[in-house]
Amino acid sequence: MSPAREHAVELLRQMVLVRRFEEKCAELYGLGKIRGFLHLYVGEEAVAAGVLAALGPDDNVLATYREHGQALLRGVPPGAVMAEMFGRANGCSRGRGGSMHLFDVERRFHGGHAIVGGGLPVAVGLALADTHLGRAGVTACFFGDGATAEGEFHESLNLAALWRLPVLFVCENNLYAMGTALERHQAVPDLAAKPPTYGIPTERVDGMDVLAVEDAARRAVERMRATPGPAFLEVRTYRFRAHSMYDAELYRDKAEVKRWAEERDPIRLLDDDLRRRGWLDADARAALERGVEQLVRDAVAEAEAGPLEPVEDLERDVLA
Amino acid sequence: MTRLTYREAVRGALRQILASDPRAFLLGEDVGKYGGAYAVSKGLLAELGPAKVRDTPLCESTFVGAGIGAAIGGARPIVEVMTVNFSLLALDQIVNNAATLRHMSGGQVAVPLVVRMATGAGRQLAAQHSHSLENWYAHVPGVKVVAPATPQDARDLLLAAYADPNPVFVFEHVLSYPLEGEVDETSGAAPLGRAIVRRAGTQLTIVAWGGSLPKALAAAEALAAEGVDAAVIDLRTLRPLDLEAIGASVRATRRLLVVDEGWKTGSLAGEIVAQVVETVFFDLDAPPARVCSREVPIPYAAHLEAAALPSVERIVAAGRGVVRG
Amino acid sequence: MPSLGADMEAGTLVAWRKRPGERVTRGEIVAELDTDKGVIEVESFHDGVIETLLVAEGERVPVGTPLARIQAPGAPPPPGAPPPPGAAAPSVAGAPSVAGAPSPAAAPSAAAAPSAAAAPRSSPAARRLARELGVDLGAVRGTGPGGVITHDDVAAVRRDGAPGATPPAPARVPPAAPPPGASPTPGERMRRAIAAAMERSSREVPHYHVSLTIDARAATELVARENESRPIERRLVVGALLLRAVAAALRRFPEMNARWEDGRVVPAAEVHLGVAIALRDGGLLVPAIEHADRLGLDATMEALADLTRRARSGELRSGDLSRGTLTVTSLGERGVDAVAGLVYPPQVALVGFGRVAPRPWVDEAGGLCVRPVLTITLAADHRASDGHRGGLFLTEIARGLKQPETIR
Repeated sequence: MSPAREHAVELLRQMVLVRRFEEKCAELYGLGKIRGFLHLYVGEEAVAAGVLAALGPDDNVLATYREHGQALLRGVPPGAVMAEMFGRANGCSRGRGGSMHLFDVERRFHGGHAIVGGGLPVAVGLALADTHLGRAGVTACFFGDGATAEGEFHESLNLAALWRLPVLFVCENNLYAMGTALERHQAVPDLAAKPPTYGIPTERVDGMDVLAVEDAARRAVERMRATPGPAFLEVRTYRFRAHSMYDAELYRDKAEVKRWAEERDPIRLLDDDLRRRGWLDADARAALERGVEQLVRDAVAEAEAGPLEPVEDLERDVLA
Repeated sequence: MTRLTYREAVRGALRQILASDPRAFLLGEDVGKYGGAYAVSKGLLAELGPAKVRDTPLCESTFVGAGIGAAIGGARPIVEVMTVNFSLLALDQIVNNAATLRHMSGGQVAVPLVVRMATGAGRQLAAQHSHSLENWYAHVPGVKVVAPATPQDARDLLLAAYADPNPVFVFEHVLSYPLEGEVDETSGAAPLGRAIVRRAGTQLTIVAWGGSLPKALAAAEALAAEGVDAAVIDLRTLRPLDLEAIGASVRATRRLLVVDEGWKTGSLAGEIVAQVVETVFFDLDAPPARVCSREVPIPYAAHLEAAALPSVERIVAAGRGVVRG
Repeated sequence: MPSLGADMEAGTLVAWRKRPGERVTRGEIVAELDTDKGVIEVESFHDGVIETLLVAEGERVPVGTPLARIQAPGAPPPPGAPPPPGAAAPSVAGAPSVAGAPSPAAAPSAAAAPSAAAAPRSSPAARRLARELGVDLGAVRGTGPGGVITHDDVAAVRRDGAPGATPPAPARVPPAAPPPGASPTPGERMRRAIAAAMERSSREVPHYHVSLTIDARAATELVARENESRPIERRLVVGALLLRAVAAALRRFPEMNARWEDGRVVPAAEVHLGVAIALRDGGLLVPAIEHADRLGLDATMEALADLTRRARSGELRSGDLSRGTLTVTSLGERGVDAVAGLVYPPQVALVGFGRVAPRPWVDEAGGLCVRPVLTITLAADHRASDGHRGGLFLTEIARGLKQPETIR
């Protein structure tokens, strides 16, 4: 199998893993096993898969509250992610974070952040530390289109550009800030037009094409490693499911959702591509699916079996 | 020992940290070329270079957040927020990130961050530049808050804040910067979470911190002239509170007066009183009292501002009231 | 937690002798307490079945705290309570009662609250100190803002009878609690308890002392004569006869067999003689011989021997220490001639005996002779009695000792 083919199949496997994992999450939410807010990434998998494929182990990743995909594809074990959503002590945040706050510092996965825009300054700081300490890493910071209306978006772009910090700003533009359409929250809906005003190299990419996302991310990261300073990707994507579990989706047409899901599903697009190229036959595809399902089953079992943090430990990890 | 101003003592500690720890740097608005709004970091840019002293744009939320991120990333930033008034723009980063990340990540994320800021009123700067909101920060688990009152403490508590592995907020009162005192420049970090008795006394415990300490000490002298023997405790650390020290003094004097430049409603003074009442109620001989700022945005006109803030006269009167009725 | 003495404020429940569901009879030992004065057994004052133990072993609780609930025979169990295992079928109706709670009739009131009605305002610190020292806040003049009684106002009463304060009324509960943080040894705690009681006595009780020296030949001869025919274990000591004399005399002097309470003399219904017993390793206990006026000489001797043995082996019972209505102390064995003591509040009198020693004596005919001579001293609360009555009381004791057959 050629490296390109192998890699493409792996990206498919990653997206399928995120998809199946989250479908299971939705089911478990209905059963009451998972509580709190649960924001699903279904439809947007190609963004995380493509961008993270361009990063190395010394790079930092910081994401939003819709971060199951980033966590899983950064290598946080599915069992630890599921256990976190179950609120168990073997969760990747010891049950203190839940779905919105997955952390794995060892893998430089610096969390799901649930204040829109609040993660950007922290990402700038992570890059500042790397710069100050003479390390080569870059920091990928995911955020949605909604964040571009926040002051911290502009402050962070400005500071990163001013200090030439290696931050890869990844705007997951799924066209809605929760329920407010892009055109209803931006005077200039062309988000890729904004970063250049801070002097930041910017690229717009089809977020349903995982290979295109990866290519764009690689170009940005290579540029950042060569010339200090941030880069910006506007990744056009779409969320197929509700904003969170309790959302009647009054703000968009069902037909619109249907059209995206039927015509632009990143998994189906890659499936079709691989089939056309003859890179993945039906048996191998079925085997891939079975492998992912096994991973998800194991993750649920690990979460189910996980211990609850003793209440006596409630106040641990507040201060060092 | 060297005679230094509070400002010079802070600068000395900053210089010591920045020069000795390669991970350390100072960032904030006008900390470099300008020399600091209160001239605290004056000369440090020239001395230590731009990697160590970083002027930021005016973006409190983002440069505080960047400090948090840098601390997470292994650097040791010291962030100067020009004043507590502007820190409100960074409250999201402070409350939602600095204070929570360690816990929310199940103990994985460390945020060894120091944030210094000027606080307080008394210079006729009107409502938007005269806040004393230390209590807002002291309310939040996951951070520590200190308020040095003397030049020596300005040095020792900053060293302590820097040595601490947690986010520590250092409040420097605007009126403290020109204070002079003997400073041991070889001293190490003072312990965090420990109050200190600045004046012994038998009849009344006055608790104060930061910019209120000189007023409390002057009031204690005035009370002594009236025959009221007041102890003065300098709280030094506002979170965690040194209830043990306060309790020990109150058990001896049986009377408590707290001076707090914040507004009385929801004040740290209220918290101190509550904790004293909870723990040493049966040692009290009189209802505890508070001297706080009047419930008004701090006005510009000198006489109005003075009337709004705790004064030596108000502290004396309150102390007299607690002891004599 | 029974009040085992006016100077007891709290006790530690060392062990339960009974478990829930077990039957207890009146007078039966149900628990052991560690008090400032040592381990003491608690008896039940009621028949019934232990329903619930309310205080755990090792727990230290203030006087007045219910220790256990006893289901009276025949009373239905409270709703929700499991039937006591092994309990006999109830046959007689009765109300539930609580073991160890001081019985109002039997023990002086141990209520800690100062007289509530006209109580002046006082600070929390003053209230705690008053409770510790047994000072009635109603009798303290406050010097704080608005006349509030402060800690120092109460402390002044304790220290020197308080310039600026009216004389304090008798205390209800003297101190026994160690200062916070300290963990005194049993010996230290006993010392503190004695100190507190005697400090209070010295502070509050205006004493007078009267003495009488008598020819004790009749008494010693009676004891010697009796002992000639007795086996060793039944022999009498003079002390028993002295107790008899006091008990007998008390019938005629109810104001001596009394307590001072709320500004008046309250005569006790019974005569329970407190006997001061020195412990070998220091300290002092004053257990009481109950109904001493109704006991003959032999029974008094038995009671005295029993108390002494139990006091020295730490087996005193709850009732033993709390019931004295007058205290007798005898230091004759230590060779002293006379004992002018301090009364043990709220008692109002204490009778002290010196040694019985041969001395020159002038007999009825005016001739000089040698006789066994004894000095009896009465220490009494001048608020409750005067020297005149005190003298008569002493004379009555002396009369009994001179005619011992009349009191045996």
